[in-house]
This record gives sequence, C-alpha cells and structure tokens, in this order.
Amino acid sequence: MKKEIPERLLLAHGSGGRLTQDLVRRTFLPELDNPILATLTDAAVLPALPPGRPALTTDGFVVDPAVFPGGDLGYLSVVGTVNDLAMVGARPLWLTWSLILEEGADGELIDICVRGTARAAAEAGVQIVAGDTKVVPRGKGDGIYAVTAGLGVVPPGREVSDGRIEVGDAMLVSGPIGDHGATIMAARHGLGGDQLRSDCAPESQLVEALFDSGVDVHSLHDPTRGGLLTVSHESAERSGLRFLLQEAAIPVRPQVRAVCEVLGLEVLSLACEGRTVAWVAGDDAGKALEAFRAHPSGRGAAIIGRVEERSSGQVPVVLETTVGGLRPLDLRSGTDLPRIC
Amino acid sequence: VTESHLLHDRRAVSGLIREIVDAAGRLPHGAKFMEVCGTHTHAVASAGLRQMLPDGVRLISGPGCPVCVTPVGYLDRALALAERPDTIICTFGDLMRVPSSTVTLEQARAEGTRIEVVYSPRDALQVARDEPASQVIFLAVGFETTVPTIAAAIAEAEQTGVDNFQILPGNKIIPPAMLVLVNDRELDIDGFLLPGHVSVLTGWEAFVFLATDHGVPGAVVGFSPTDVLRGVLELIRQKLGGAAQVTNLYGRAVSPKGNRTAFALVERFFDTASAEWRGFGEIPGSGLDLRDRWSHRDAGLIAVRLPAPHEPEGCRCGDVLRGLIDPPDCPLFASGCTPDTAIGACMVSSEGTCSAWFRHERWGDGGP
Repeated sequence: MKKEIPERLLLAHGSGGRLTQDLVRRTFLPELDNPILATLTDAAVLPALPPGRPALTTDGFVVDPAVFPGGDLGYLSVVGTVNDLAMVGARPLWLTWSLILEEGADGELIDICVRGTARAAAEAGVQIVAGDTKVVPRGKGDGIYAVTAGLGVVPPGREVSDGRIEVGDAMLVSGPIGDHGATIMAARHGLGGDQLRSDCAPESQLVEALFDSGVDVHSLHDPTRGGLLTVSHESAERSGLRFLLQEAAIPVRPQVRAVCEVLGLEVLSLACEGRTVAWVAGDDAGKALEAFRAHPSGRGAAIIGRVEERSSGQVPVVLETTVGGLRPLDLRSGTDLPRIC
Repeated sequence: VTESHLLHDRRAVSGLIREIVDAAGRLPHGAKFMEVCGTHTHAVASAGLRQMLPDGVRLISGPGCPVCVTPVGYLDRALALAERPDTIICTFGDLMRVPSSTVTLEQARAEGTRIEVVYSPRDALQVARDEPASQVIFLAVGFETTVPTIAAAIAEAEQTGVDNFQILPGNKIIPPAMLVLVNDRELDIDGFLLPGHVSVLTGWEAFVFLATDHGVPGAVVGFSPTDVLRGVLELIRQKLGGAAQVTNLYGRAVSPKGNRTAFALVERFFDTASAEWRGFGEIPGSGLDLRDRWSHRDAGLIAVRLPAPHEPEGCRCGDVLRGLIDPPDCPLFASGCTPDTAIGACMVSSEGTCSAWFRHERWGDGGP
C-alpha cells in the first residue's frame, strides 16, 4: 500500500471513519507492521508467554519539542517503555501504542514519530501489537502525545529490587548522565547546536548482557525524570541504607555541564533516557563494569558509589565532591523545568 | 587539562585547607567572614567547603541574592500591575515563588494572570514585539551584573520603536549595602569575600572604602572552590597581620575600574536612589530608578491599589540576609519553610542562603 501522509491532521482523522482507516493503513501500518498488529482486531491475541513472571508497565509521553537531536517522541515512547521493563529484569516482548493528536498537527511530524517508534521497536526486538488514535480539537492538546503499555517476562530465578541492595554493594552507571535532559533544555532555549544529543536508546540488551556476565545484580533503575539524584534517593529510602556517591567518578559530558551552568540546572537531576544505574554485589563491581563497557551503549560506564550502613538521623545520599568535601544530596524541589520526558 | 580542571583540583584544595588550618591556628578567637554574593554561597555549599574549614573559621552569607532582598512591596506592585487589562508581566523564573503580601506570581499565573518567565530582558522585549496590543512590563530585579542588560533592552526598545515595553525598576547596587554591614556593630565581620561577578562591572576599587574607611579587609574572588579558599586564606593573613586592604584575587576577570562601557549605558538610563531591601529597610543610594527622561518606560509610575505590606510571620530572612543567624537557626527552616513551600525569599532562589543550606548542608541529626 502506498504510504501517504496527511499534510495537516483533521478532527475527522480521529472519528473512526474512513480518514481514520486511511491514517492507520497508510501512515502507521507500513512502518509498524507485524502479523499480530496486521489483524487489526479489537484486541491483540498473543502467543503463550515464555516461562517466568509477566511484567506490565504503562507510560505517557508529552515531550516538547517532539523532535530533538538523537530522537523523537515516538522513539522515546518505545524506549521509555522497554527500559521500564528492563529495570525490573524483564525481557520486553510486546507494546501497545496510542497517539493523542491535536487537530492541525503536522503530518510530517506524525510520520517522523511513527518511524521513530518503528526504529526503536526494531532495535529493542519488541513488537507493537495494538494501537489507537484520538484527535482532540485545536487548542486542547499540544501537537502529539503518546501513551504506551508494555508487557515482558522476568526469567525464572531473576530477582531485582531495592530490597536486595546491601551494605558493600557498588553503584554503577552505564554512561554519561544528563545527555537527554540537557539536549531538551538546550533545544527549548535555542542553545547547543550539534554538540548535544539525547542518550535515548533501549537498554534491554545492555541489561541482558549484565545478567549474562554472571554478576549478582541487586537492583536496577533508569534515571529518567529527576535523574540520578532522584533514583538514588528513592532507592536509598526503600533500602534503608546510605549511598555515598563520588562526584569525580560520575561521567558528565563537558557540553552537558556547560548547559547546566548556563541554565542553572543541577546535572544530577537531569533526565537520562538511555542509562542504567545498577547496584551489584561489591565483589562483582569490576565484572559489571566490564560487562557494561563491552556493550556499545555502555562504553562510558563507571563505578560511581558504594552502599553503606545508615544510622538513625543520617541523610540517605551523600556526595563526596570533586574537591573532597561532603554534602548531603537533597531531593530537588519542584522546579520550573519544562517537561522533558 | 583545562583551566577548570586545575581549579577544581583536589590537591590544590587540600593544600589550601592545610594552609588555612595552620594560619587559623594562630588566630586567638577565630574569625567570621562574610561571602556577600549568592553565587559564592552556592559554591561553598555545593563543594562541601564548610565541612572542610577549621572550627574557628566561620563563613556567613550576606545579602547577595537579588531575589531575596526584593521587598514584598515590590511584588505587591508587580501583582497589582499584572491585574491590569492587556498587561503581560515578564520575569526571571526565580521571582515566581517569592511570597508577596498576598499570593505569589506563580499562584497568580495559575489563576489566569498573564505572567511569562524569560531568561533575559531581551526576551521580554521580544514578547512586546509579538504582542503589540499588550503592555509588557519586565520586572527589573538584579544587581550590577543584570542592570546593563536591562539598559540595553530599553535602548533597543527606544531605537526600534517598541512602545509597549516598560520595566518595574527594582535593581539594586551592592556597595551601599556593604556600608550598612560594616557599620553594624552586632555583626562584627572580620572580612569580606567580595562578589566576583559584580566586581567585573564595578571594578574592585568600588570596595576599597571597606578597608580604608572602616578597617575591614576584603578579597575579590571567583567561584571555584580554590578561588573561595584563596580568599579565606588571604583574609586570615590580613587579620593576622593587622592590616586591612582590598585584594583582587580574581584578576583573570576583574579590573580596578570595571566595565566602563556597561557603566555608561547604565548611567544613561538609571540614577541611584534610596531603595528598600528585605531585611535591611531603606538604604540610601542603593537602588536604581529610571531617569525622568525615560519615565514612559517606568511602570512604577502607574497608579495601582496596593495591599498593606505583610511580611510572612516568623520568617527570619532579614537576620539571615544580614548574617546574624545561619538558616537552621530560623524556627521555620525545613519545618514549614522548604523550597517547595517557601515562606521566606531566601528559600526561593537557588542563590538564596536558606535554599543553599536546605539543599546542600542539611545533614540531619546523624551528621555527615
């Protein structure tokens, strides 16, 4: 079927009538095609799950701008969903994908996002098995929103949670932090240029490589909204332990640091969309670092901290600064940061 | 290796700390120095320097956060202006959550008032161009470092005929506030870490009066941890030597006379005037008003109804700004007053002393 993109989206594209069918058949299906989706039935009927425990997640994507260096809203929507599954140790399998579009939305933009979605699904080895499109009147939305659900399976014997974090664990990050957040913020403020690029990428294969290496993985998180600072805090609170992070060891690209200085942002709070923070048994730290670095998206990995006992009244996360001072890392308060994921 | 790497060099810092410990050991009663500038407060806090200094050396924070010293009356006026028809208020983001006598700008915006956050006065000028049917009022808050950009925006508005652009004058200059601080017997400061960025504009000679007229040493310093520590060491040495002078340790950016071009631009549009500082009250010659010739740019001349000024109850921002207490000594600190629920202005801006302490120096009962 010939691929055809409407120039501007009409309300009627969401009516369920012929225009909706056209949109689905001409814009979406050619990119996202797979045998399950192609049936276009009311619900996707899936094959039996592989052994293990099913993991299910859902996410909404409202990024502005919708196209940015290194990705787009569609690509990000798949990546974000896949990564959420990967962080509980699940192998992602199937996704649903819904678009909420604003009347008048740019057809070219929709096409970019659909292609981004297809690309991310191919990279992550998942299928989009169900979808939906709604169109809201002009002024009631903001161009394009995506909503996903993702289903995966945690293989037997795999147990990943903050409850497993122990004193002596090492904390690693799979690459430089803040690339995504800095890229979005810079794009919004007309800064940056070609030096900045979002890190957004599926992490499921990186995580599989970590498990394959035999490392005793205790917990995993992707530092999206709120960045490294927020995931550190949440995990420290849940584990009841204290994390000591080494500022000098945390990888940050110079151009990202520059954006932070210009815009007054805390780099530790900047979102990543393609990084994994891992807590592993202390003895396995070296092996985990090797496993990360052997993977293309983990080349910039580093060991960034360790887990200690926390006595009563102590703060949960402490940063040893580059000059050797100590400071408690507090959760960032609500900020004027524009939405970035 | 870049300069910034060298500046952050851990060994340089530990070397300086050793020298400071050694020198401070010879001070019989310790010393109390004030960092005037909010960016210094932030630098000290984010590098964890306070933990590294010996017990006798105390760094207290001064009034150098423009948002923090902006009085409630200014915000009341901004809010009253925002209520006027066809008016758009443009402001730097950190003013949004500063308490007024009634609501914050952020709350007013949520209720439908047109308030836009901009990153520079020129952005506000662009809003005026894009919205010719509206009156655009830029909230002119900030010290010497900000004023030239505001003057430039007014100059551009004049040149290009953007008639719907005004400012609400609220800018302040630092040296008159320092005069108040050295005259404050209650404070008894042993020396000042002088603001690096402001000095780029004013020149370091603007602060010489501290030493010559009042016998209080000063050091102009930059913003890396080593910059700050060199300043502390210099101040301790001056105290030990019994001399008082103003030393420029930020020579890579600060000259004796400052930026005369920027100064001339400011002079063209602004004249000094008495101004109210939160925590200090009126300070003669510390504010910048638009000259009469530019009164058509002055939104402060528009008659509005103002509520009776009402400072938040229990808030000790004023004492924090004058260096009389550290933030945790305020009963509201972290209990009721947090960056999310700020009661005092010092908790709002990231340069505010309370905010810096809240974010970087709150160890809890358990200590480090």
